[in-house]
Amino acid sequence: MHHGLKFVNRHSSIVTRQSSIVTPHPSRFFVIRKKGCTFADLFKNRFNHFKFREMLKQYETVFIMTPVLSDEQMKETVEKYQKFLVSKNAEIVYENNWGLRKLAYPIQKKSTGFYHLIEFKADPTLIREWEVTFKRDERILRFLTVVLDKHMLAYSEKKRNKSKAEKVKEEKEQ
Amino acid sequence: MATQQQGEIKYLTPIAVDTKKKKYCRFKKSGIKYIDYKDADFLLKFVNEQGKLLPRRITGTSTKYQRKVAQAVKRARHIALMPYVGDLLK
Repeated sequence: MHHGLKFVNRHSSIVTRQSSIVTPHPSRFFVIRKKGCTFADLFKNRFNHFKFREMLKQYETVFIMTPVLSDEQMKETVEKYQKFLVSKNAEIVYENNWGLRKLAYPIQKKSTGFYHLIEFKADPTLIREWEVTFKRDERILRFLTVVLDKHMLAYSEKKRNKSKAEKVKEEKEQ
Repeated sequence: MATQQQGEIKYLTPIAVDTKKKKYCRFKKSGIKYIDYKDADFLLKFVNEQGKLLPRRITGTSTKYQRKVAQAVKRARHIALMPYVGDLLK
């Protein structure tokens, strides 16, 4: 939907005369210039929506699988989600299997579960599909997808570097 | 009585005058910017024995970080790393 007014930015605001339930004719739009800006400012970024911006956000998903699964089945399910990400051109940054853990409260009458963590970079439009695959799967008890903001990113990178350094140390000692 | 004339009142057990322990926000002080919801052991500090969130006047955290703590605890509860209702958590 490209109205002629996509270039409205922080120097201005749109006002419509009629109610916006029915998208009004563009002539109904008024652009109010905020104080201290010139018309040059308004039109500065009008080509931004033509640029192809690759919106890759980093996400983190923790999901819990039923304890009833055998090792093989668990690996199967994990692979299924890895394949999904790869097929949609999402980059898997980090994976960690926490293994069987006791749940703080019973979920679906089960008291333990296989936890798995996946960190990945993906286009935001992908996430809806991603979460739906979790919902459809009967082997998954719970899942939580979180977007990483800058603080979270820094923290997770630090953690990864730390664990890498520890691993290297262990290997050296051995 | 000589002591009363001097203006001193002597008690059998002297009243202890403590300067209040200055409460501070541990995140501001140590520069921690992100509170991990996966770290259940750390989050136990902000929760009472029943698993309820502690008010910030007790823990001393600033408003900004109290909200982050609350969000982290709620997420941890969702993925069953912490209980919603508990007993003798500590």
